[in-house]
Amino acid sequence: MREIINISINDIKPARDDVLKTQGVPAGSKLSGNVKTLFKKAMALFVECVHPIGIISEISIPEFNIVYAGEGLNEKSTPLDAIIEKADNLVLFALTIGENVTEKINELFKTNEFALGTMLDAVASVGTDNGADCVEKHFTNVLRKKGRITLSSGTVRYSTGYCGWHMSGQKKLFGFLHPENIGIMLLDSYLMKPLKSISGVIVVGEKEIHRFKDSYPFCSDCKTHSCRKRIKALFDAPESHNKEM
Amino acid sequence: MDIVKEISEYLQRGDNEKVFMLTKQAIEKNISPKIILDKGLISGMDIIGKKYKAHEIFLPEVLLAAKAMYAGMDLLKPLFVKEGIPTIGKVVIGSVQGDLHDIGKNLVGIMLKGAGFEVIDLGNNVAPKNFVATAKKENATVIGMSALLTTTMPAMKMVVDLLKEQGLAEKIKTIIGGAPVSEEFAQEIGADAYSYDSAHAVETVKKLMQENH
Repeated sequence: MREIINISINDIKPARDDVLKTQGVPAGSKLSGNVKTLFKKAMALFVECVHPIGIISEISIPEFNIVYAGEGLNEKSTPLDAIIEKADNLVLFALTIGENVTEKINELFKTNEFALGTMLDAVASVGTDNGADCVEKHFTNVLRKKGRITLSSGTVRYSTGYCGWHMSGQKKLFGFLHPENIGIMLLDSYLMKPLKSISGVIVVGEKEIHRFKDSYPFCSDCKTHSCRKRIKALFDAPESHNKEM
Repeated sequence: MDIVKEISEYLQRGDNEKVFMLTKQAIEKNISPKIILDKGLISGMDIIGKKYKAHEIFLPEVLLAAKAMYAGMDLLKPLFVKEGIPTIGKVVIGSVQGDLHDIGKNLVGIMLKGAGFEVIDLGNNVAPKNFVATAKKENATVIGMSALLTTTMPAMKMVVDLLKEQGLAEKIKTIIGGAPVSEEFAQEIGADAYSYDSAHAVETVKKLMQENH
């Protein structure tokens, strides 16, 4: 299965708390009128600028092992080494919200609109993550409709540059998936252009296969430890795969 | 309230229009541009910086104050040039070669300017030799480098090595930052300092400048 997915802007609009959290504002903080106005303006620009689109392509375990090996620069032992072997379904994905939003952010900085530029950047980053959530849900729904998923299945996505998967893995991932079909280019530094893009693999399998401890040597350098939240979410929502997108 | 104090107050509220107007009035009243800058704009940003560090305010408020600072600075800049008043130091900043991420580097630049530094922002994807050549040409004493990718971090070492090769490592100090960068990495590549955020970067650059004097 290979598919280009058009995503609705409404499905990726970020929640205010999620955006402000990235700017160091704890949830529930009392916000000044200025900050509230900034967020509203940034959201309006976001809606005006973004064009979310995703691409997915199913991949077998042996094929993925080649992609995952990348340029041979992964950490010696990674969570995905064990998880992949037990996976029921794998799909490579890429998602972008387009280049316009980055251009708008740059334009705002050039005109000294730092606060709005930074707020828009945060909105766009969270929006991009939300877009990846949409792609993940879309794939899960496709599998559910085909009866290829069970109640005890869980879905987690992984990206290059995290969890021991070296950034250079992008090269083989792009070779298989061809995200250029939705306008994403891979630069020599393995950075994607547009900047607000995400790529990786979505792993579907029994929830238990996704459980791992964040005690790998590279985990100490990780600044997000977002794997904890994602794994916890899997087990907190036991029948999530029954839900429609 | 005296007008310079008012500038500081309105800057802290992020009111750029009021800061612009008051700075204009202060200049018309023949108040020294240096006093307007030090006691008005920088003093206001200093309070903002302290409140930010104490988590009393957050990044959006800091950036609104910075915009107000720039509104005042735009009026003062020509006067500084005319009167030959030096800044407290010159810093060259940029995101390293291969890296297109700007935001972190931009925030550092804004905070440095807010503290009274002259900042030469080379943008992103900056070649190592460009960092060094600009610092030499502009007589800057600090180079600040940002990287958001592990794959672009080695470019930081190239700048440090280039400074050593050209015998400039004592004169031009280096500070690095960015999500994958750490204190250990800074030591490993021989950079003079590491900073974890924009407020800390200002303090660190000040220290580096003091070491240079």
